Amino acid sequence: MDPSQEVFKAIKESNIDFIVSVPCANLQKLIPMVDSDPDIIHVPATREEEGIGICAGAYMGGKKPAIMMQNSGIGNSINALASLNRLYNIPLLIIISHRGVEGEPICAQVPMGEKTPLLLEVLDIPAYKPNLVEAKKTIEKATRKAFEEGKQAAILLSIGFWRES
Amino acid sequence: MIRYDALEVLAEKEGDKDTLIIANIGFPSKELYEICDRKANFYMLGSMGLSSSIGLGLALARPDRKVIAIDGDGSVLMNMGSLATIANQHPDNYLLVIIDNGAYGSTGNQKTATSGLTDLKKVALGAGIQNVAVVADESDLKKKLDTMENGVLVVKTKARNKKVPVIHLCPADIIERFMEISSPPSHSG
Repeated sequence: MDPSQEVFKAIKESNIDFIVSVPCANLQKLIPMVDSDPDIIHVPATREEEGIGICAGAYMGGKKPAIMMQNSGIGNSINALASLNRLYNIPLLIIISHRGVEGEPICAQVPMGEKTPLLLEVLDIPAYKPNLVEAKKTIEKATRKAFEEGKQAAILLSIGFWRES
Repeated sequence: MIRYDALEVLAEKEGDKDTLIIANIGFPSKELYEICDRKANFYMLGSMGLSSSIGLGLALARPDRKVIAIDGDGSVLMNMGSLATIANQHPDNYLLVIIDNGAYGSTGNQKTATSGLTDLKKVALGAGIQNVAVVADESDLKKKLDTMENGVLVVKTKARNKKVPVIHLCPADIIERFMEISSPPSHSG
């Protein structure tokens, strides 16, 4: 099993048709998969908060959006997630490469990596942490729930997840 | 010309059409609501800085519809990367109108960087936007709105707000009625 492939399969199965991305090393295989899919509009953004806004607009235009980012980007997305998505009940799938957890070689990733689940909790955004085997099903279920309820779902994919096979 | 005058021109030109309009948080939304409330106006009540981004996402999702985002200089300065993203996506149905009054109009008219050395026309051009124009009076604004389908239109105005009431719509109402117009028929029907 390939981690990027499993996430991509879940995206397709969930009928996600609009994706904003801000890169992370762990997303380097997934981003080109999304980019080359003819049924997905892919918009590379300069910053995650900007991407939250783009996804909100796409939703209002009838698309089913997702954003892919490193967990560091949650920090600058908080106001938008609260005062745009939550305020207007705009659903969003948030696929997060979760750095700063077990196996992280860069110490600078640790402070934000540790706090990321707490930040999502404060925002009442459910954070799913699937392993490779359950990833596809978990992402599909989380997406279905988020879009049915007008809420957001975060998928936290740890360093270990990307190393599984 | 103050912001209210510019919005009156915009409402006169676009109000009767089915143009989808994103209105920036604060006075821009309240003033447009007072001038020309319509279902196809989306009033931002939060997320300062994201008007241009919301407009971009909408324009990409609905290439068959004209989208205008009304932004402000303070908001654009807060999300300048958005101009680079818009430039590289360049949807031909998306016009970003920046009301540049050199001030944070909704928070007490504190000066912004555009009242100093920052030039938003040059910023937009540097970001790669091909179609950029600046107007400073009503008649030029009218002409540009007739001819400009996309790109960035900087509208230079004086910093002053009109006394207008708050918007009597809750967030759920704003988005629900907007999406009646902005969603493709298969989604709203």
